[in-house]
Amino acid sequence: MTQTSAIAPPTNVLIVGVGGQGVIMVSKVLAALCQRHGLQVKQSEVHGMAKRGGSVFSHVRFGEQVWSPIIPFGDADILVALEWAEGLRWLNCLKRDTGTFIADTQQIVPPVAFRDRRRGARSGYAPASPAAILEMVGNGFALDATQIATGLGNARFANTVLLGALSTALPFPVDGWTSVLKDMVPAATVTPNLQAFRAGRDWVESGSRPAEETARPAGEGVAVTAALTHRLEITEAWCKGCDICVKMCPERCLRLNARRVAEVANPAACTACRRCEWLCPDFAIRVLTDAPLAAAAQ
Amino acid sequence: MESADQARPLTGNEAIARGAWEAGVRVAAAYPGTPSTEILESLARYPAEDIHAQWSTNEKVALDVAIGASFAGVRAMASMKHVGLNVAADALMSLTYIGVNGGLVIVVCDDPGIHSSQNEQDTRLLCRMAMVPCLEPSDAQEALDMTRFAFELSERFDTPVIVRSTTRLSHTRSVVALGTREVPTGRGFREDPKKNVMIPAHARLKHPQLIERERRLSDFFASSERNRWEKADRAIGVITAGTPYTYIKEVLPTASVLKLAASYPLPIELIQAFCQSVERVFVVEELEPAIETEIRAAGIDVFGKAFFPRTGEFSPEVVREAFENAGVLAPRAKVAPWPVQSPARPPVLCPGCPHTMSYMAIRALNARVAGDIGCYTLATIEPLRSIDTCVSMGSSIANAVGIAKAGTETKPIIATIGDSTFLHAGIPPLIDAVYNDANITVIILDNHITAMTGGQHHPGTGLTLRGETANRIDFEQMVRACGVTWVRRIDSYDVAEMYQTFREAASFKGVSVVISDRPCVIDPVRIKGPALAVNSDGCTACQSCMNLGCPALGWDDGLYDGHHKVKIDAALCIGCTLCAQICGSDCIQPAAR
Repeated sequence: MTQTSAIAPPTNVLIVGVGGQGVIMVSKVLAALCQRHGLQVKQSEVHGMAKRGGSVFSHVRFGEQVWSPIIPFGDADILVALEWAEGLRWLNCLKRDTGTFIADTQQIVPPVAFRDRRRGARSGYAPASPAAILEMVGNGFALDATQIATGLGNARFANTVLLGALSTALPFPVDGWTSVLKDMVPAATVTPNLQAFRAGRDWVESGSRPAEETARPAGEGVAVTAALTHRLEITEAWCKGCDICVKMCPERCLRLNARRVAEVANPAACTACRRCEWLCPDFAIRVLTDAPLAAAAQ
Repeated sequence: MESADQARPLTGNEAIARGAWEAGVRVAAAYPGTPSTEILESLARYPAEDIHAQWSTNEKVALDVAIGASFAGVRAMASMKHVGLNVAADALMSLTYIGVNGGLVIVVCDDPGIHSSQNEQDTRLLCRMAMVPCLEPSDAQEALDMTRFAFELSERFDTPVIVRSTTRLSHTRSVVALGTREVPTGRGFREDPKKNVMIPAHARLKHPQLIERERRLSDFFASSERNRWEKADRAIGVITAGTPYTYIKEVLPTASVLKLAASYPLPIELIQAFCQSVERVFVVEELEPAIETEIRAAGIDVFGKAFFPRTGEFSPEVVREAFENAGVLAPRAKVAPWPVQSPARPPVLCPGCPHTMSYMAIRALNARVAGDIGCYTLATIEPLRSIDTCVSMGSSIANAVGIAKAGTETKPIIATIGDSTFLHAGIPPLIDAVYNDANITVIILDNHITAMTGGQHHPGTGLTLRGETANRIDFEQMVRACGVTWVRRIDSYDVAEMYQTFREAASFKGVSVVISDRPCVIDPVRIKGPALAVNSDGCTACQSCMNLGCPALGWDDGLYDGHHKVKIDAALCIGCTLCAQICGSDCIQPAAR
């Protein structure tokens, strides 16, 4: 067999997560392992925003010959997600039918998901459940790696737990993985990292499946059937134009008018948080809501 | 440091640094900028006796330092991101007339796809303008080899040389074979005013020589072994350079390929010969049609941007789709995507970031805010929403002057600028504001580091690139020296003082400066204090604290009047107490241990 005509395509592993989770560490371990086995390997990442809690991804490609540092869309053999919703974000990069999905069911809710402050609003973070996704993908593992790592003493080893799970999907011997890990993690954390790696491997090999809904994002429990309405009542005669409500309104919906009396400039932005009502030294503002308080508060 | 005959995985940036070190570079300077930052950081890991590596205050200063070293007869390098070359362009346009004594290489990293920049300009167009050869490596090995070679080229043709990288190359790690360091014998300063002093009489003599140099370089590249002519399928030929070459090999491995080592100047006769050897020729290049335009100008018919996009980063699928549209490849069967949705996850300011309170307080001023470049540009988006403009490094102050002088704005006018950005390009506009008596407030967000690029030192931190103690610039003294009389330094964690001081500053007629002072929470050391917790019974769910946008603050399951109460993620909270100070019902307290 001549080399040029029959080079097998490279194996593609896409590793994703949230900035600060250790996506790069996982990819470096894998890349080092491939290199030790004499394979060509390219590991490509984009950082800069990485530390700032944004979405982070790293491509690792290895084989006899690797050209592009980027995995072609839909060609990932394995997708490793350190955070559940990030796994879903990149899910369609996975190879249909043969691709393997390995994800931590841990959920990190971004601040922007809490942006809707109206009464009864829901979190903007509500990804599909592990069961539904595994059913769809076919070949996948959803484990609560963070929980497993916490059980071992530190949630930060979750990425090593996932490495353990990943190791079952790739044809490298276990001692190859562990020797790379030993070389790449800080000396003081070798033992817990090896334990975490073992735990991830065991999880897959023992055929465990996660209990449904291991983690539930905050804010899903609210059930509101009808839109709630509210309005601000400002008693002009009592307002002395101190500006406190204007300055402190979280949504910036108040202003002082030409007579230096508070008025609502942007009623649509008001969430009825009542901050102005409570802060007004002159009791000039009331927030009127049309829903019975007792019913809405649990 | 390392011996030769070794292979190790290096990123493109690390390989560029290695190439420079092997070429015997003596002086290297840079200002940090993604994706170029790690080049100088890697160089600083080589012995100090081998190389002087330094952060400079901006890219022009960095290039001028390198030019000085070249005058003095040693090999020198400056590295920067694409927009940094704009800052350094003034020096470059004269440097190209002067040429070099010691070899001089400028490494410029473009950012196709705008991963972390304000635009995606194509450095190759500036190379053309400066008539400076532009080498384009396609992987880390070539990054090392070409950088090393660039110094040789620079000395042989008496020209600065630009090595152009892109985000993808700079941040891709692959195995690279290493060489040894060879330092050319020192030359010493060469006294030659006709060469080194660009007065009109000298420059006029130089310009024709530049054109002659361009021709000689073109001849050189025509026979250079660094070009790769891969003879294969005669029906399709591809001319390319840099990273797109790897996508071609992936997507269209059967095509004949002419991979150019340099995208400027082009070896037109070689290209002509290649085009004659194949039926249909495509030029595949990211961003601008730099190569395509030159080839067309030489009267050779090729396809390029008719099929390939001029915007964004290339990838195997972008290249494949273009070849599909051109009828070269059969369209792949479309797979219906899995119906999954994922929430937006924009980058955010870190828990405890001192910038958050600065912008909370600025928001309360209801001011017109000219922003600048740094992490704090994130205050443009939810929930801080307090920046109106952002142009380029240092623009904020002069933008504010312009807004004030236009006379149309009734709100207070504020410029916000980080410490590193202020030193980079904020001082001349501050002097301008004082000189022209603009009624503006400048808020210097001093977090004691260049944070956005991952924590680099600058003259305000008192440490060098190698972490040695340096002369430290005092912002307050400097601002006063610029002629500002109203200057205050405040603690970015003192909420009441922030509101108070900003209001006073905004009501001052003339230039007022507030230095909002607190170190970055992740660089150079990660700060972690005891976490706070919300006393849920007292929380009235007003969510005012959440306007900080702190990632440690989230919704609790408990409700008050239909609104979610707030809870604090103890693992993320660093205990800055900003939320506790903002809380109207005083229910955020140190967590019980």
